Amino acid sequence: MIADHFPALQVVIPLLAAPVCAMVRNRRVAWLIALVASLAMPFIAGALLMRVLSEGPISYWMGGWEPPWGIEYRIDAANAFLLLLVSAIAAIIMPYARLSLDREIPHNRQPWYYALYLLCLAGMLGMAATGDAFNVFVFLEIASISTYLLIALGRDRRALMAAYQYLVIGTVGATFFVIGVGFLYVMTGTLNIADLAERLPTVANQRPVIVGLAFIAVGLCLKLALFPLHYWLPNAYAYAPSATTAFLAATATKVAIYLLLRFFFTVFAKTFPFQEIVVPVIWLSLSAAAIVYASTAAIYQENVKRMLAYSSVAQIGYITLGIGIGTEAGLSAAIVHIFNHGVMKGALFLLVGGIAYYGGTVTFRRIAGLGRRMPLTFAGIVLAGLSMVGVPGTVGFVSKWYLVTAALERGWWWLAAFVVGTSLLALVYMGRVAEAAFFRPADPAAEKHGEMPLSMLIPALLLVGACVYFGFATDLTADIAERAARGLLGKAP
Amino acid sequence: MSPATTLLVAIAIPAAASVLIALAGRKPNLREAVTLCAALAMFVAVASLVPGVLGGGRPATGAWSVLPGVELRLALEPLGMLFALVASFLWIVNSLYSIGYMRGNDEPRQTSYYVCFAIALAATLGIAFSANLFTLFLFYELLTLSTYPLVVHKQSPEAIRAGRVYLFVLLGSSIVLFLSAIVWVYLRAGTGDFQPGGIVSGAFSPGETCLLLALFAFGVGKAALMPMHRWLPAAMVAPTPVSALLHAVAVVKAGVFVVVKVIVYVFGVDHLSAVGAGDWLVYVAGGTVIIASLIALMQDNLKRRLAYSTVSQLSYVILAAILLTPLSVIGAALHIAAHAFGKITLFFAAGSIYTASHKTEVSQLDGIGWRMPWTMGAFAVGALSMIGVPPTAGFVSKWFMVSAAFDTKQYFALAVILVSTLLNAAYFGPIVYAAFFRRAPEGEPAHGEAPWPIVVALTVTALGSITIFLAPDLPLALARQLAGGAP
Repeated sequence: MIADHFPALQVVIPLLAAPVCAMVRNRRVAWLIALVASLAMPFIAGALLMRVLSEGPISYWMGGWEPPWGIEYRIDAANAFLLLLVSAIAAIIMPYARLSLDREIPHNRQPWYYALYLLCLAGMLGMAATGDAFNVFVFLEIASISTYLLIALGRDRRALMAAYQYLVIGTVGATFFVIGVGFLYVMTGTLNIADLAERLPTVANQRPVIVGLAFIAVGLCLKLALFPLHYWLPNAYAYAPSATTAFLAATATKVAIYLLLRFFFTVFAKTFPFQEIVVPVIWLSLSAAAIVYASTAAIYQENVKRMLAYSSVAQIGYITLGIGIGTEAGLSAAIVHIFNHGVMKGALFLLVGGIAYYGGTVTFRRIAGLGRRMPLTFAGIVLAGLSMVGVPGTVGFVSKWYLVTAALERGWWWLAAFVVGTSLLALVYMGRVAEAAFFRPADPAAEKHGEMPLSMLIPALLLVGACVYFGFATDLTADIAERAARGLLGKAP
Repeated sequence: MSPATTLLVAIAIPAAASVLIALAGRKPNLREAVTLCAALAMFVAVASLVPGVLGGGRPATGAWSVLPGVELRLALEPLGMLFALVASFLWIVNSLYSIGYMRGNDEPRQTSYYVCFAIALAATLGIAFSANLFTLFLFYELLTLSTYPLVVHKQSPEAIRAGRVYLFVLLGSSIVLFLSAIVWVYLRAGTGDFQPGGIVSGAFSPGETCLLLALFAFGVGKAALMPMHRWLPAAMVAPTPVSALLHAVAVVKAGVFVVVKVIVYVFGVDHLSAVGAGDWLVYVAGGTVIIASLIALMQDNLKRRLAYSTVSQLSYVILAAILLTPLSVIGAALHIAAHAFGKITLFFAAGSIYTASHKTEVSQLDGIGWRMPWTMGAFAVGALSMIGVPPTAGFVSKWFMVSAAFDTKQYFALAVILVSTLLNAAYFGPIVYAAFFRRAPEGEPAHGEAPWPIVVALTVTALGSITIFLAPDLPLALARQLAGGAP
């Protein structure tokens, strides 16, 4: 049965399609290949998720080699959910990319772009699917290196600098991670994640294990841009091509967060309870600082993409805040927000990319008065923006509800107050966009253009629709997030 | 059509109308016809529910589960019936008035104005018909968002600044305080459904009950309890029909409606009075009544004076509700209706004066009564209703409040009502006096009444105010049911 090999195909299809794209010299053919490959992904991910939900975790032995000798792909509710998010976002962005890239990247380089896009996708899906710690590192490098290039291909010269910055920091992160994995291997003699979890307790209090844990934690925090390790993110997002930004913002940091959860809760849970790995006070203060600092920074940006990038740092703070609460409810809130933030930030970056399509950096001066000429675009931005604030009827509200509930369940009313209080900062920075677009007079010298082309507008509005749809129908997101949280905590699903 | 379906239809009518209005944007006559027809249809739908509710029926729709235990659901009870009835009747009158006003003043962007208005009405009905806190919150936020474009309608720097205050205070207070309160209730009580007798008894300690009430009272920024009142004077930059229907009726009444509803159906009057958690609110509401009246006294701009008067009158409703006796709850419910008719008349008159003479300040109104007899006559009726003098609606609600204050020996509340009555007289009396008994300054260009739709509208609402005094049966019956009386 082909369906038995879905865990492998999930990663192998984009991995194999990538070199084909690179070899084709025609940008349209390359796009078509990338489109077909990425459109197939959500179906595979959906099938995997359904199977996990009905039959429990899937263990797939690569090449038929039995773990822990061979590489095992292990899919449970948490990573099946993530696979679906990443592949769905990648598939939605692909139709958008065709015209958007035409304006942003020289035509002869576009096949390379599609190849890198697929490699990056394969890397992220691989990180999510694999059950082997070293394999994680391999895919981490595949995803990272292709990401650097995806950013550097941006039209803006500053994209080069941003990519270089990210390359340095990203490499530090990946290296830290592999050093940490090395320590664990030395101590236990295994790289299989499930096996690591079994064997670590026997060597629990030895220093190399603790050092390994520290390296892994810091390395992953660099990748997920936890304050104050977020420095690379705003520039990278601001100057990359629109399609890259939307793709990375919705997926890349989310995969890093997933890995963090996997290591904290699956690998180390039996060795050190979560409360000992991350001292809650430090973890929560870093998350809170991320929220306050990045939201405030977002308010003062002139470049809209940079503003959204800072907002991403802040939203990651909400996710880590949920993790820091440390209960099942907190973890559910974090996982729900991984999905919800992916959807809304993806929508926002795609919509802003549609303004960039007509040239020029998207600044507040540039969008002044644009609301009347691009009504659908800005209606979408307003809706997704309301979702960032957490207005009911949007996914942002669902996240906020779970987060506040989790905080109150522990009796941490001050944390609940902090969560709702800081949403006002999102109100300010998203409100600025709406106000500029609808109530500020347009620059008379500006080019007169209408909506972006339909092939870009439809994918963007599809994500906006998802922001509203999943705000009412939470069966998929919230229920699966709860099961994923239970799974990570080692409880019966 | 079953009553439950009617609930949905009544909300769907303005929602659908907003789309039709947008489509008919190029043809003003057709567009206005859509607004008027929708207003009429909505009123008919709402009115058709009245006999059922009077007979004790409590229609409810099915539920759509959003989060575990959190549902989207509509249900009707007497207070919501009263609120919906008032809002939908006044929308008809206000639409007529809007047509006269918007055309008379050549306002720009009329299509988006009518679209937002229709959405705001849909949200208002949604609030009136909500069966639980979550549904209520959803429509509450929709009302804020749909009225924001109306506040910044002029798009002047002043209007944009006012819009910021409006959005920030209303959305801010609701997301930070109101939402926290809602989550807390769902978490502790396990439900957010409005039930006679309340849902929180046993789930919260007395201290927590007190805090929860504070979260609700200040979180519902639309009720304009000080210090959450700043958005209301700011919103006065909007065109006058917006101030009239939304910022004297729909939006602000939605605020006090929520407060009364939460006191009656979430806390439960008996529970709250047994715990004694509401005592402090008597003082805050009383303070708001007096302070807002004093500020109103100092305003020369007519609309701002009316706005502060609204702040003060809204706290009457809260004050009445928190006295926690059946009589006072009846007074609170009646005052929602009475103040609506009185205040919309006053705003209609202010807009009429502006349309006919472009005057906005109180000090400019000398002698205007003889030039605009209908307008100023209606203004006088509205002012009497605010003061609480027969034969107007304000007298009826004030009667119940004073009786309740006597019964419960709440002398502070009694003093507040008496002092503020004097203050009301002090800031409305001189306007009426100057309009009729002072001479107009020499050399002023002559002008007559405003266009006829405006005059008709304000006459209707003034008569409505008198009608409620003469025949208060319907609102009284609904208010009695709210207070626990048999249907």
